[in-house]
Amino acid sequence: MSAFEFLMQGLGTAADPMMLLYALIGVTLGTAVGVLPGIGPALTVALLLPVTYRLDPAGSLIMFAGIYYGGMYGGSTTSILLNTPGESASIITALEGNKMARKGRGGPALATAAIGSFIAGLIATLLLAFLAPSIVKLALVFGPREYFALMVLAFVTVSAAFGDSALRGLTSLFLGLALACVGIDQLTGQARLSFGVPELLDGIEVTTMAVAMFAVGEALFIAGQRVQVDDEVTAVKGSIWMNRRDWARSWKPWLRGTFIGFPIGAMPAGGAEIGTFLSYATEKKLTKHPEEFGNGAIEGVAGPEAANNASAAGTLVPLLTLGLPTSATAAIMLAGFQQFGLQPGPLLFATNPTLVWGLIASLLIANAMLLVLNLPMIGLWVKLLTVPKPWLYAGILLFATLGTIGANPSAFELGMLLAFGVLGYVMRLFGYPIAPIVVGLILGPMAEQQLRRALAISQGDWTTLVQSPIAATLLGIAALALIVPLILRARGKGEVLSQLAGDED
Amino acid sequence: MKQFVLASLFAAATALPAMADYTIIAPANPGGGWDQTARTMQAVMQEEGISKSVQVQNVPGAGGTIGLAQFASQNKGNPDALIVGGYVMVGAILTNNSPVSLKDVTPIARLTGEYEAIVVPAASPIQDVAGLIEALKADPGAVSWAGGSAGGTDHIAVGLIAKAAGVDPTKINYIAYSGGGEALAAILGNQVTAGISSLGEFEAQIQAGTLRLLAVTAPERLEGVDAPTLQEAGLDVVLENWRMVAAAPGLSDEQKAKVTADIEKMAKSENWQKQLSDKGWMDTYLAGPEFEAQLEQDVTSTEAILKDIGLVK
Repeated sequence: MSAFEFLMQGLGTAADPMMLLYALIGVTLGTAVGVLPGIGPALTVALLLPVTYRLDPAGSLIMFAGIYYGGMYGGSTTSILLNTPGESASIITALEGNKMARKGRGGPALATAAIGSFIAGLIATLLLAFLAPSIVKLALVFGPREYFALMVLAFVTVSAAFGDSALRGLTSLFLGLALACVGIDQLTGQARLSFGVPELLDGIEVTTMAVAMFAVGEALFIAGQRVQVDDEVTAVKGSIWMNRRDWARSWKPWLRGTFIGFPIGAMPAGGAEIGTFLSYATEKKLTKHPEEFGNGAIEGVAGPEAANNASAAGTLVPLLTLGLPTSATAAIMLAGFQQFGLQPGPLLFATNPTLVWGLIASLLIANAMLLVLNLPMIGLWVKLLTVPKPWLYAGILLFATLGTIGANPSAFELGMLLAFGVLGYVMRLFGYPIAPIVVGLILGPMAEQQLRRALAISQGDWTTLVQSPIAATLLGIAALALIVPLILRARGKGEVLSQLAGDED
Repeated sequence: MKQFVLASLFAAATALPAMADYTIIAPANPGGGWDQTARTMQAVMQEEGISKSVQVQNVPGAGGTIGLAQFASQNKGNPDALIVGGYVMVGAILTNNSPVSLKDVTPIARLTGEYEAIVVPAASPIQDVAGLIEALKADPGAVSWAGGSAGGTDHIAVGLIAKAAGVDPTKINYIAYSGGGEALAAILGNQVTAGISSLGEFEAQIQAGTLRLLAVTAPERLEGVDAPTLQEAGLDVVLENWRMVAAAPGLSDEQKAKVTADIEKMAKSENWQKQLSDKGWMDTYLAGPEFEAQLEQDVTSTEAILKDIGLVK
């Protein structure tokens, strides 16, 4: 049988009404647990995996696929509505998405996230199905120096998320980089900046930081405003659906996000966040409405959300073709596969085609089911914004705390959540952007480790960094991205200089 | 107490049973070996009727020492609390200078284990252990080893190999990755000279012919594995990356006996055996004084090698 026939057979099995019901249950459970802030997809899948064991292989596979995509998607809903990203890959979504929600455009923001996720999931799953073996060969070419070059590129381009003032953005970024040094150094096993506190040995948890900065900081900021300004949050203004303009502005970011997110997800050390950063930076560069970025640009939701979901499918490439789980979620999925007697590895597509294609068909069905579940839910979700502010923010604080404690049950973690919440409040008060600190915390260790690994392998020879064509190209692009805007600024001196001066105050 | 209330609230919120006969702490993030061991125990103990409901809680961090410290301080004398751990913890306690050690809990039994495998990419000119050692002796720095976290089992194994080969262990060029998976990508991509991790991490690649298995760290040849042991290759290194279960400190002898009996019942059940074979884990069940003696020996030898590599002062 050809690949296509296998896929059709798989889809045929999955279209059975009972199977569709399992898919719906999986997606619902996945989304429900995924929306809790602090609970990322990994914990969602770990908590819900045992539920699937009771079913027959086909049923459990499809429910499992639903849970996976549901958990991945759940994080974006709270990011957009409550500014509380449930996991690091939906941090960027919160930037523009929450601004949109506050302007009464929560409906279109959720819709573009849902439809973008669907389209990205669809394309990426098909890419996975037909190209996985060749993509993985490309991904393996990436060694430490290539990853380092990729991180440099991400650093340079992600400065687009720094807001208006470069100085404040960089301050926030370096704060994040400093915090990223805390904990056991992975390459030598020695503790750094942990001051003998055992809880700090593993570094600062990105989700704790993100939830603290976004959710707790925000709640404090709102509570700190003496006068209640109620015009800020408008639950619904205009239609809750996307209008023609929204569609026109969304479809390109969806596609671009997909093609950025998928290959990065397929790289063994890529990580979903990098794809969302790069997608956001791309959209900000290409948009015809640059003034809207930072104030709720729909492209800034559409692109990163698509990238996030595409990289979720991309993660399955090394998992299925190499048996290599590249994220915690993937490691739990591996355990799930073993339950079905499916042993991921280079021989999987040859030895076990029925199950593999069954899984891919299940992913497609789950992806569609996610859209079916979430589009009608948007109306309900935006109602959440009509909850009176004190109640809403009390609820956010409760969920932020529960999520953190649930993922990491320690009093110290809770203290860290509150301390960073206060930091987030102070930063808001003085107009420092929040995103760069989290970006620094995520990218810092990755860049550092890859650089040191590259140098260790070359035994200290720095030229190794530019000796590989891929690394040299990536670094070249990064250099261009840094220098070209400077030259452009120098050309249009007067106007730009005054703007620069304006930035410094 | 506050924490407990919150944790139970959370558990209720996620529709898990808040009441549990046994609570198993997995001192690692979901997805890793300890988490999977704990969740497999949970399933088997429930199915076998050893415990009506078992709850698994993840307390990740620092090679399990965070979970261990929390477990030891909060559960004194609690016969219903269990923690999963393993060989990695032995090293982590030493490198992190952890205030709580395995002496502060009640080790019950070793459950499963894996041996380490030494591999090279299929395209590598190195054909066997002798070739690898030759390269290592010529220039220790030029041989890069990819494996799991620094100070972990993989790193310790490389230190032991160097020492056995008469090479200064402080000179080894060990490239630490967050786990065997990430290391695998570096080995397959020809980024490093050799790779070392649990055999299970490499098995599929070895079968597919993309990696060449040079040796395993088992005491004798493994069934179905076409490779010599390190001892056969002339290096006196045997290393098992075992996983165990421990109970709370301060248990009475009867309580300890009851927990040991429950765990034994689980480990001897058909269900558990099936899970082990599904997951490709070896059954290395060992309890009582034999286990305690082995634990002691592992702690002593690990401490010695970590000092040799220079990770512990």
